[in-house]
Amino acid sequence: MTLTRNRQSLEPGGQIERPVDYRSAPCTPSPRRRRHPERWLAFAAACLISVGFIFPLLWMLSTSLKPLDQTMEYPPRFIPRRIDWYTTPSGTTTPIPKNYVDVILHDKMDFPQYTRNTLWIAALSIIGTVISSSLVAYGFARIRFKGRAALFGLMLSTMMIPFPVLMVPLFAIFRFMGDYTPIQMLGTLRPLWLPAFFGSAFNIFLLRQFYMTIPEELSEAARIDGCSEMGIWWRIILPLSKPALAVVALFTFMGAWNNFLGPLIYLQDPSQYTLALGLQVFQSSHGGTEWNLLMAASLLILSPVIVLFFLAQKTFIQGIATTGMKG
Amino acid sequence: MHRTETQRLAKGLAFISPWLIGFAAFTFLPIVLSFYYSLCDFSILKPPAYIGAENYTDLLKDPVFWKSLKNTFYYAAMAIPAGLCVSIGLAMLLNVKMPGQAIFRTVIFLPSLVPVVAAAMLWMWLFNARYGLFNVLLAKVGIEGPGWLSDERWAMPSLALMSLWGVGHAVVIYLAGLQDVPKELYEAAEIDGAGIWRRIWHVTLPMLSPVIFFNLVMSIIGVLQVFDMPFIMTGGGPARATLFIAMYLRDNAFSYLKMGYASAMAWIMLLIVLVLTGLAFWSSRRWVHYQGK
Repeated sequence: MTLTRNRQSLEPGGQIERPVDYRSAPCTPSPRRRRHPERWLAFAAACLISVGFIFPLLWMLSTSLKPLDQTMEYPPRFIPRRIDWYTTPSGTTTPIPKNYVDVILHDKMDFPQYTRNTLWIAALSIIGTVISSSLVAYGFARIRFKGRAALFGLMLSTMMIPFPVLMVPLFAIFRFMGDYTPIQMLGTLRPLWLPAFFGSAFNIFLLRQFYMTIPEELSEAARIDGCSEMGIWWRIILPLSKPALAVVALFTFMGAWNNFLGPLIYLQDPSQYTLALGLQVFQSSHGGTEWNLLMAASLLILSPVIVLFFLAQKTFIQGIATTGMKG
Repeated sequence: MHRTETQRLAKGLAFISPWLIGFAAFTFLPIVLSFYYSLCDFSILKPPAYIGAENYTDLLKDPVFWKSLKNTFYYAAMAIPAGLCVSIGLAMLLNVKMPGQAIFRTVIFLPSLVPVVAAAMLWMWLFNARYGLFNVLLAKVGIEGPGWLSDERWAMPSLALMSLWGVGHAVVIYLAGLQDVPKELYEAAEIDGAGIWRRIWHVTLPMLSPVIFFNLVMSIIGVLQVFDMPFIMTGGGPARATLFIAMYLRDNAFSYLKMGYASAMAWIMLLIVLVLTGLAFWSSRRWVHYQGK
């Protein structure tokens, strides 16, 4: 479960690992074996900072396990004095903390429904983004046509437009669609996933960079065998670009799971709320002081992300690293 | 020859057609509409009525708009430089070979994955004036902590502080950038007698500058969109001390149904993005070094 393992191939940079040290060549022992006070200082700093970064999450976990009265205890304890476990109506005690069950079964917040809505949006967004972005990326990477560079530049520049700039007219467009076409948009989940089927600039860019690294000879050979462009995309490029497609799918999932402003604008009926919106509405209208429940709910929303991270660390890290490299 | 060129054009356009349609429907049309709405009195309930530049002149006279703009820049002035320094510093630290390096990297990265809503809930709890962790810890050393989010002076710095918790994403980008610095450069600098600080200043930072530039542009665009965090945590308060421009835009559009007014704001926002990224690009010639590509 490490970040290093994935980066090992890229490791030799930086100021530390020096296979040869010219200054100290024959007589003095290699500096690597020398005690470096800076290195111990760095280690101590890393320890301290890491504690600072992880502690809020541990505090979240701790609060989520406490009964309400313990959250307002002074001084607070890190380890809960008592954890209430969930007892089924028939009287058996389960090893599940009561707060988590309370969140899931809360009458002011339909947690299971919010989860279904969020997963639905995420699933359709992933399907739409992966298919459309990879098609478009193929066009930009592999087909030489007039105006390609200009269109690509235009696409990149759309990444600079802040979403709040577009949200008023988008809302109006979705409203008109509902009024003048049979497709209802507002009051449904559609505005949150439909645009994904038309590619997203960021993912197109990412995939295009990847496709550029696939040797042209492969497609050339297929072309000679009478394969169409569509066939080359489907049979050669797609199978070879699984790691890049995984990055796109992962980022799309994270985007859908995190999205707050979109659902806030487009969704009206509480039965359509996503987890992010549902939790915020619950907090602002009801849960002002029940910090243990809010932390339990937050942790529930966070948990799939953590699980995904540990399952697909490499994909996360590579994806983020590549996006930063365009400079 | 001519025929194949037309064929290629048709093929190319066919492949990129999803994006072309999406661009027309979800980017180009909205931008044009937004400009038209910005010249109209538009409540979405009734068709837009043309009023000329009135929305813009009203905006310039709107003290709340100026306040939201000032707040956004105030936040940017704290969060962007602090985020830049912290993420570069952390990347360098995590690049040093040490025991547990992988664990440190994971721990620093994890918080950046926390969904905004969950992070906002957590930090509201940490910042809680009475029972929050920060004030409890401060009380232990005899300091009476402020009402982080409820005090007008502290609310914005608190949000900026919280934003540092999510630097993990940028750290990963810088760490990747650090791997690309040729180690011969460090060796050469060391032979020339450069100490660690001079090596950082004269080798690491210039070599990292394209990545720094990329992150800077992204944070400029990002800061103008800051919405979720203040909306959930403070609702723009106290006394509008954390009202960001994106929030005021949404309030006008969807709470007061002043969509024309909000569209004028959107255009000013777009203009600010263009000017700031333009400035960044212009200044980049002086400080961004690309490795002989």
